[in-house]
Amino acid sequence: MSALGKVVRAGIGRRRLQTTVMILTTLMAVTASVLAAGLLVAARAPFDHAFAQQRGAHLTVQFDGTKVTARQVGATAHVSGVSAASGPFRTLSLRPRTASASDALPAGVDLPPLTVVGRADAGGRVDGVRLVAGAWATRPGQIVAAYGGMPVQPGARLTFPSAPGGPTLTVVGVARSVTGTADAWVTPAQAEALSARGGPVSYEMLYRFRHAGTDSQVAADRAAIAAAVPKGALSGSRSYLTVRQQETANTMAFVPFLAAFGVLGLLLSVLVIGIVVSGAVGAATRRIGILKSLGFTPAQVVRAYVGQALVPAGVGCALGLVLGNLLAVPVLGDVGTAFGGPGASVPVWIDVAVPGVALALVAGAALVPALRAGRLRTVEAITVGRTPGTGRGRLARRLAGRLPVPRAVGLGLAHPFARPARSATTAAAVAFGAATVTFGVGLALTLGAVQSGRMLDSAGSVVVTAGGGQAPPGAEAVPAGGGPDAPKADPAGVAAALRAQHGTSRFYGIAQAEVSASGVTGATTVVAYQGDTAWAAPQMVSGRWLDGPGQAVVTTRFLKAAGIRVGDTVTLTERGRRASVRIVGEAFFTADQGMELLTRTSTLAELGLDATPGQYGVQTKPGTDLARYLTSLNAALKPVGAVAQANTARTSDVIVTMDALVGTLTLMLVAVAGLGVLNTVVLDTRDRVHDLGILKALGMAPRQTVAMVVTSVAGIGLVAGAVAVPAGVALHRYVTPLMGDAIGMTLPASDIAVYHAPALAALGCGGLAIAVLGALLPAGWAARTDTARALRTE
Amino acid sequence: MTATAPVIDIRDATRTYGEGPPALADVTLSVRAGEAVAVLGPSGSGKSTLLNLIAGLDRPSAGSVTVAGLRVDGMGEARSAEFRRTRIGMVFQFFNLLDDLTVTDNVLLPAQLAGLPRAEARRRAAGLLERLRIDRYAGAYPGRLSGGERQRVAVARALMNRPALLLADEPTGALDTASGEDVRELLTELNADGQTILLVTHDLRLAESCATRTVELVDGRVVRDTERTTAVTR
Repeated sequence: MSALGKVVRAGIGRRRLQTTVMILTTLMAVTASVLAAGLLVAARAPFDHAFAQQRGAHLTVQFDGTKVTARQVGATAHVSGVSAASGPFRTLSLRPRTASASDALPAGVDLPPLTVVGRADAGGRVDGVRLVAGAWATRPGQIVAAYGGMPVQPGARLTFPSAPGGPTLTVVGVARSVTGTADAWVTPAQAEALSARGGPVSYEMLYRFRHAGTDSQVAADRAAIAAAVPKGALSGSRSYLTVRQQETANTMAFVPFLAAFGVLGLLLSVLVIGIVVSGAVGAATRRIGILKSLGFTPAQVVRAYVGQALVPAGVGCALGLVLGNLLAVPVLGDVGTAFGGPGASVPVWIDVAVPGVALALVAGAALVPALRAGRLRTVEAITVGRTPGTGRGRLARRLAGRLPVPRAVGLGLAHPFARPARSATTAAAVAFGAATVTFGVGLALTLGAVQSGRMLDSAGSVVVTAGGGQAPPGAEAVPAGGGPDAPKADPAGVAAALRAQHGTSRFYGIAQAEVSASGVTGATTVVAYQGDTAWAAPQMVSGRWLDGPGQAVVTTRFLKAAGIRVGDTVTLTERGRRASVRIVGEAFFTADQGMELLTRTSTLAELGLDATPGQYGVQTKPGTDLARYLTSLNAALKPVGAVAQANTARTSDVIVTMDALVGTLTLMLVAVAGLGVLNTVVLDTRDRVHDLGILKALGMAPRQTVAMVVTSVAGIGLVAGAVAVPAGVALHRYVTPLMGDAIGMTLPASDIAVYHAPALAALGCGGLAIAVLGALLPAGWAARTDTARALRTE
Repeated sequence: MTATAPVIDIRDATRTYGEGPPALADVTLSVRAGEAVAVLGPSGSGKSTLLNLIAGLDRPSAGSVTVAGLRVDGMGEARSAEFRRTRIGMVFQFFNLLDDLTVTDNVLLPAQLAGLPRAEARRRAAGLLERLRIDRYAGAYPGRLSGGERQRVAVARALMNRPALLLADEPTGALDTASGEDVRELLTELNADGQTILLVTHDLRLAESCATRTVELVDGRVVRDTERTTAVTR
């Protein structure tokens, strides 16, 4: 090993604590950064790859055949900005029934409505549909199912009772459209045959545009298409950006907060490594002098100190790389396989770039103090003794001596003024830690609020299931029925039993159905309410909750998918019957991926569907014994055929994973900040060991020494905490809406405004806690310092 | 401590470090109240080790050390600190003043650490500064004072809690001739006023001028213990 290598190795071995701090800080920064950057790129890659390969449609547009002809729709292929188009294809909304039994479904089961498209072949200039199994439909009597939709395989048979003649078609293939342009495909002739005579006709047109990189560009393209057809003819559209967002939502939701942790980690790394190397240079002045007197050049000295930072940082980077890639595995999950590709993973270039950037930052941070070491004059360095007093902070010491506090505390409080630069870096490390705690706590509170508010009908403590194939309490809607529905309990009987039950405060009924909604591909689950539901409304983002018939409330994701806004109208279709509902509010919930439409039961009646509630949400009076209430209520409900259960919430695995990551990264950053404080206090204690010896010789007791060392950082901790809390709150306010945007949802303001006065007061003490915890260990060392030896220290 | 009990009572004290020869070997020493004892000896003879054992800064490997009626050798850190605060005062070769504190604040430190009421501490400090003729430097920082003046500040600080014993480690070792003389006079005056003093020194003039007894150490052992009957400068 070269002389330089030996110096580096000796330096690292001598400062194990500082080496550990440097490893930990780079480990944390690289883990979070690899995760954030990796997820950002890897989550979208499978979709983008499949989209490019299949020439996916930038925009899938539905046209109302009563207002526009197929020829007019076809002419939109020549609208300015369109680079390629396919269609028009006749589309129908049909509800199939299984005509053959399979492992997944018995015969005779009614399935949710399908968007069936009449398309001659799988190819075309846009949306090259990829066959996963079987073949494309080439003649009447055949149908191709979309992959991931109905649980059917080639050979299965489906009957369409609502189509003319109730034909039965054979599934000949299963295919995948990257943007989900249909639930099933038939030949154009079959599509025409399936259409009811005189019934509504719809067309689908698929476009690729010259400029479609952003939402606003796609919106402009859509406006150009809408302008080319009669007003109101464009009944719905779906952007590939919306599809991509839905497909990658769960993964992309991680990116904003991971990126924030990554940036915080990198900044803290730079700071801590700067402190460590600066401290190492300050503490080893004589050693540097000896090295130079032995013939080390200034450049070699610089390289030695940069090397002492880069070696542990390199270890931290390597460990962070492994950890980041391991943590990405469960988060990326089956992102890749959803598009028929291999499982997604962190790209190699990210594995190279992130540690490269981290090491460059570390080298930069270490270079400044290392250059100082290189410039030290040999004679001065070799003759330097005990760190001389700077003369700074005398006024503070005098003033602190007059404070009505124990002298040890007064000495500690005045200490930061003696070394303002070191105190400032300590304050910065504490501030980073305290801001991270504030941010992390805020994220946890927001995720908690999202977890509790994301499910519909979670307000009541009891759920009464009245049959009719309703979802169990707390469960999301099941899109495909598993068998014939049980008859629903008499609503009057259920209501009478609930009213008569002691402890009932209020209740409402819920009915569900799956219908077609304009602008949305596939079936839309309609959740219809009966009775007083104001108390059980989901968290509203904008607009208001339902207060009459003909109204609906949906999520931001639904609005985006359907290309509508609050105030617009959505047309619901079921077996040829139509009902229009006006969107009066935008809510936040994740049931059925946030694609459910909430309305009154009168809407179902208008569509000719059974509007009888199959489920009831019940609120009990305060102080009601839930177990006794349920026992008594179930006895009363038994004759009417309903069952009451406690309303238990289901936890989201994604949120649980997020919580775990937030907790882990927060703890790591706080630990690094605390270790930064520890390192500074250790340096300080070493610098002051002679003074400590004097004080101990004068009778300073161990607890007084601990008090002095701890209070020397307590003031810094308080000030840093006071600065850090607003910074953490601001970061939280910036990041959480981005997390909502990533999943295509607007988070309710109440889920973002999670910092209340008691929490802020507690968080304000976070800086103090980090500083004190970081100082406790060196304070103990200071208290145990051998007085006689300390007095001899020069 | 009874009226006749010695201020320092060391019995068979041995201090060894590692495998080497003992720094102090079977030392027995008794110092009565009002005595001024000078411990003499060449470098490495065990003078500083003896001082550290008496001050509770170190523990004997064997034997016992009792100071002002308290067994020092078995004390924990906290009790030993309390002992130093209340029973002894220490003066060092290089003064060991805190450069960032004024003279008054340096002198006040032991009283403040002991929790003496503020007004009483200030009154006592002012009295000591006046007595040691350094009251005009009360608000100055030690860096501005001469060596002799600094050592006077150190003595004032050592006397702040009215200790039973004043320990001085080479108190003239870092001083020029004039300043050394100044400190010699000061220590003599203090002893004349009844202050028990144990000083460790190479300075034979200091020993001759202010010690009532000299103890000579060689290789960790007491080789001579001499009561000085000749008149000292009083």
